[in-house]
Amino acid sequence: MALLSKKDANLIKDPLADNNPITIQVLGICSALAITAELKASVVMAISVLFVLGVGNVVISLIRNIIPAKIRIIVQLVVVASLVIIVDQVLKAFAYELSKTLSVFVGLIITNCIIMGRFEAFALGNGPWKSFLDGIGNALGYGVILVIVGFFRELLGSGTLFGMKVLGDPVSKTGLYSIGYENNGFMIIPPAALIVVGIIIWVQRSKNRALIEEA
Amino acid sequence: MAVNTEKNSYTVIFAVLMVIVVGSLLAFVASGLKPMIDENERFEKQQNILYAMGVNENEGDGDVSFVPTTQVEDEFSQYITQQLVLEGTEAVEKDNAYLINVEKALAKAKSGEKAELPLLIGEKDGEKFYIIPMYGKGLWDAIWGYMSVGENMEIKGVYFDHRGETPGLGANIKQRFFMDDFKGESIMDDNSYVGVEVAKGNNDPLNNDKEDNQVDALAGATITGNGVTAMIKESLKLYKPYLQTIRSN
Repeated sequence: MALLSKKDANLIKDPLADNNPITIQVLGICSALAITAELKASVVMAISVLFVLGVGNVVISLIRNIIPAKIRIIVQLVVVASLVIIVDQVLKAFAYELSKTLSVFVGLIITNCIIMGRFEAFALGNGPWKSFLDGIGNALGYGVILVIVGFFRELLGSGTLFGMKVLGDPVSKTGLYSIGYENNGFMIIPPAALIVVGIIIWVQRSKNRALIEEA
Repeated sequence: MAVNTEKNSYTVIFAVLMVIVVGSLLAFVASGLKPMIDENERFEKQQNILYAMGVNENEGDGDVSFVPTTQVEDEFSQYITQQLVLEGTEAVEKDNAYLINVEKALAKAKSGEKAELPLLIGEKDGEKFYIIPMYGKGLWDAIWGYMSVGENMEIKGVYFDHRGETPGLGANIKQRFFMDDFKGESIMDDNSYVGVEVAKGNNDPLNNDKEDNQVDALAGATITGNGVTAMIKESLKLYKPYLQTIRSN
């Protein structure tokens, strides 16, 4: 990558794999459970977090030297909340349809621990450009897991992807359903996400043993 | 910079300034965008109402598809012939009755206070549609919708929406495969206004039986489904005096 120095590139690459916010840092699990029943919702959530974390990290980084240490968490919350509200209002005015799909996620974004975690752990101690890359990297790492989980949950739970019936029609028994296949209703309830995330963690750690924590 | 960010006075001043800056920024954005947001919400209501009476752009079995926002105003005035507000069995015409806040009106009427209950009458292909607004609660938050019935008290169409039901589960109440099931169901059982129940295990997933006052429930969304059942019942209770006058005509 000629565009980014090696160190900067790692800021984006690390969270995608070896320092993934969900599978390694175990942050943002709550929203990963709540919204991954459908692939579309996962993608929308991933994009929303990408925006909020990218911009929020820069804002926090810019004002990092004037934030009073005693109320820094509150300042971080205010930044996230205002960003999310502004985005929500702008969408409502200019892209009403999209805003309706997104409205469920507004609250989830504000309370997403990844955002507060990156503000606290990175943006408060680093410059705006680095913070921006860190924000994008972590949001992508979060998004990748969300999409993987959403893919399996929607496919196995509803037999669809992005709402399209890829396995045939369960009611009129076409495609896979004609040979006795059934949707697994368990996959659309939130605990199924934990199992899928667990499997991802397992696969990841068995491929890279350095990630296994000492018991 | 030689600012001492540890001092209490600094902390207080920072907090005050932050609140003022952020507060005015948000207020500025919100009031600047309000006219556009209001307009969008008005169009949405019109689209929902027209949807409930079967005026939409649905194709095949696909997704819900409304009349486009650019045409919705014209079509709304074309199809909706009367806008009424009800007080008991009295019905009075009122302009823009569809903009009345349904949540408040229903709550007031339920507690026995005087309230203006909106009711719209539409006409399509020579048939009359009585469009009743509904409001209730699902699992997480509010659910609402519109139901259109003909003079014989048979449902001609419904539209449901929700604020925060679970994606993939309760949120599916606004999908075609759920809403289309209501078409053709009667809200009457003999002479009582029972509405339509969202029923688990009624052994009728294709909804061929239109006489049972039941539609097939959504798996994994029991509470949202019960919310829909209750919402229909509540609205019918309040609109019953008026519906009876249509029926006996």
